[in-house]
Amino acid sequence: MAEIKIKKGLNLNLEGAIADTTVTDAKCTTFAVIPDDFTGIVPRLDAKEGASVAAGDVLYHDKTHPEVKVTSPVAGRVAAVVRGERRKIEAIVIEADGSGKTRRFDTSADARELLLESGLWCAMRQRPYDIVPDPAVKPRDIFITAFDSAPLAPDFALLLKGKEMYLQKGIEVLASLTAGDVYLGCSPEWVPEVKGCNVNTFAGPHPAGNAGVQIANVKPVNKGETVWTLDAVTAARIGELFSTGAVPFDTIVAVTGESVKRPHYARCTMGCSISSLLGNDVDDPDNCRIVSGNLLTGSHVAADGYLRFPYRQVSVITEVANPADFLGWASLSPRRFSIYHSFTRWLLGRGKPARFDAKINGGERAIIMSGEYDRMLPMDILGEYLIKAIIAFDIDKMEQLGIYEVAPEDFALCEFADTSKLPLQKIVREGLDKLYKEMN
Amino acid sequence: MKGLRNYLSRIKPNFMPGGKYSKLQSVFEGFESFLFTPNTTSASGVSIHDSNDSKRTMTVVIVSLIPCLLFGMYNIGYQHYLAIGNAGAGFWEMFLYGLAALLPTIVVSYVVGLGIEFIGAQIRHHEIQEGFLVTGLLIPLICPINTPLWMIAVATAFAVIFAKEIFGGTGMNIFNVALITRAFLFFAYPAKMSGDAAFVATEPILGLGEGTVVDAFSGATPLGQIATATTANPQITNIVGEPISTLDAFLGLIPGSVGETSTLCILIGAFILLFTGTASWKIMLSAFVGGLFMGWIANTFPSATYPASSLSPIDQVCLGGFAFAAVFMATDPVTGARTEVGKYIYGFLIGVIAILIRVYNSGYPEGAMLAVLLMNAFAPLIDYFVVQSNIKRRLKRAKTNN
Repeated sequence: MAEIKIKKGLNLNLEGAIADTTVTDAKCTTFAVIPDDFTGIVPRLDAKEGASVAAGDVLYHDKTHPEVKVTSPVAGRVAAVVRGERRKIEAIVIEADGSGKTRRFDTSADARELLLESGLWCAMRQRPYDIVPDPAVKPRDIFITAFDSAPLAPDFALLLKGKEMYLQKGIEVLASLTAGDVYLGCSPEWVPEVKGCNVNTFAGPHPAGNAGVQIANVKPVNKGETVWTLDAVTAARIGELFSTGAVPFDTIVAVTGESVKRPHYARCTMGCSISSLLGNDVDDPDNCRIVSGNLLTGSHVAADGYLRFPYRQVSVITEVANPADFLGWASLSPRRFSIYHSFTRWLLGRGKPARFDAKINGGERAIIMSGEYDRMLPMDILGEYLIKAIIAFDIDKMEQLGIYEVAPEDFALCEFADTSKLPLQKIVREGLDKLYKEMN
Repeated sequence: MKGLRNYLSRIKPNFMPGGKYSKLQSVFEGFESFLFTPNTTSASGVSIHDSNDSKRTMTVVIVSLIPCLLFGMYNIGYQHYLAIGNAGAGFWEMFLYGLAALLPTIVVSYVVGLGIEFIGAQIRHHEIQEGFLVTGLLIPLICPINTPLWMIAVATAFAVIFAKEIFGGTGMNIFNVALITRAFLFFAYPAKMSGDAAFVATEPILGLGEGTVVDAFSGATPLGQIATATTANPQITNIVGEPISTLDAFLGLIPGSVGETSTLCILIGAFILLFTGTASWKIMLSAFVGGLFMGWIANTFPSATYPASSLSPIDQVCLGGFAFAAVFMATDPVTGARTEVGKYIYGFLIGVIAILIRVYNSGYPEGAMLAVLLMNAFAPLIDYFVVQSNIKRRLKRAKTNN
């Protein structure tokens, strides 16, 4: 076990943290699977509108790799296939019938086949490209993250309570899929007792919990190599599938954020409706931003939207707190959060949780300040140069500067801190997508 | 404030495409976003953003220049009253004289520069960018007080158009815009930019500071005196022939360009920049280290051919524009080195070259401006090598693994 210290980055202490860790049950009847959550898959529909499905039945498969399948989290009827521009599938809505029918899998089958068939394959990601793993490629290593360092993120010790044996089983299954090693990245506070993998602890601020950061500090991805990344919750699900023969689609979600009246943990099923989690528990519902996930990387969802991958957190903040912010750039108010001491917030000390709204607090500019990304990126990557190479889509430069090592989430904190207000995660995502098309 | 907000919202359609004043769209939006932080929320990616933006960053730099600005005004008056033999004049008298002398330069610099920026923004349909807010204040601070206003206007226009707008505006320029202004003046109008007559305002302004210049008066700056000295160890004096000590040079009551004389005020500005995290301490520190290092070398091997070599390293960094360049010019993130390792090299070389030019090129009494401009040109090269080392490290790693 190695102890790795992460120095760069930032822990954001936000209002709306969960004080009481009791888990309450959320009741829901409509669920949805959003194909956009499974980056890299071009969906080909298997379950048509009106079809009945059991939990674990295939909803759609990938166009190029038909063995990669996405399955229904719940038993019921496919109520709607929502399509957008050019008939792109935006959501598959499932009306639960309450029968609780669950598809059973043969646990003696080949591990790879079973993962693909059960849909759990799609809960993993591969580097390069940060997409659902290519089933034709055997990974060099597999990296499991066992903590989430993002703002207001749920505690993995709680998510995995009573599931340690499944995590162990999952690690064993995953070890059989790689010629290399399985790495488990933990926080110093909670290290699960598991065998058969390399356990490393990462002390330091966010993004210490990101797979990309952990890989970069253990064994970076080189050109031509593929590694898989997943979180320990998914690893435990894999273990549970191989132990019981059924995919556990239940999940515990941290409902957080300053606009949530009572931040709490909720037990629910993946893909459940946001309204079933939030209820009437939100301040000023007409002026709030609901994010499925954390506030740095999560997906922006509507109040009638659904819980999105990775199904662990919902954050709610005010959309625009002060619509007439007079001379905001000159403000001396300590309420404004900044990593710079030009705002007076540092006077309050680090202990005081900050409030945020969704404003970008400025206008988009050329990259003026230097070193801002470096401060937030604990990897041996020159963030600014990589971003510029991506914008110019200079493939050689992108490769040389380490595009294969990064995922959009690694740039989330850079985007937060960026004085130029550039949409860095979007730039990286589009760069990876374009590069993938170019290379395959 | 609600009333003003509503008023702006009401007149806004006039400035949008198709409106009566659509040619002023960028200007309108510039003022609107100046008055009220835009309500744009993030469309993708992170939902929360740091409060810092470009406006704030530039504001911090302007605040950090204020000590130099105020002291510069006072010093203009102080030098004037000293020149007319009335050193006992009151503080406010001196300050008001300096204010009256400097204000027109500030106004001309801002009006010309911002005017061009507004036009450039409208042509490109961009938002107005804040870079010139700092440049516009730097220009009066680095020019001799007697520079004619029309020269300031011509030089500012030249710099903003040819050093900035044609490269794409704020954030895209290769050379520091304020220094290009200064260099343009220096090379186009050398007679007005150096010598006895440039650095001390001797004429009365608006009835302030009436009097005739005393006989002993000589307006040469300390570095000017040294550059023209014929002895090995020249004695530097103030404008009425009294010797200048290192402390005088540090406090700044000496002739020179408006903002550069007081090392103390520059250090206050440096503290503001560093404490707020706006400027890079790596560049600043290594520039001073480079200056002291080169000053020490020159001073260790003094030569009668190069009288400036007789100055101690501390004098070297206190005199002339060195400190101002190291704190406010070298740290411009757009034109400086952008990699962390590169910043050390970039700053150090600025320090070395500034003193090198100053000591060993008697044609130029001061080298700070040229050193920064030269290193502006080399900053991308320094960064190139730092980036290449990152690339090589990655390639090596890939090779050892396979």
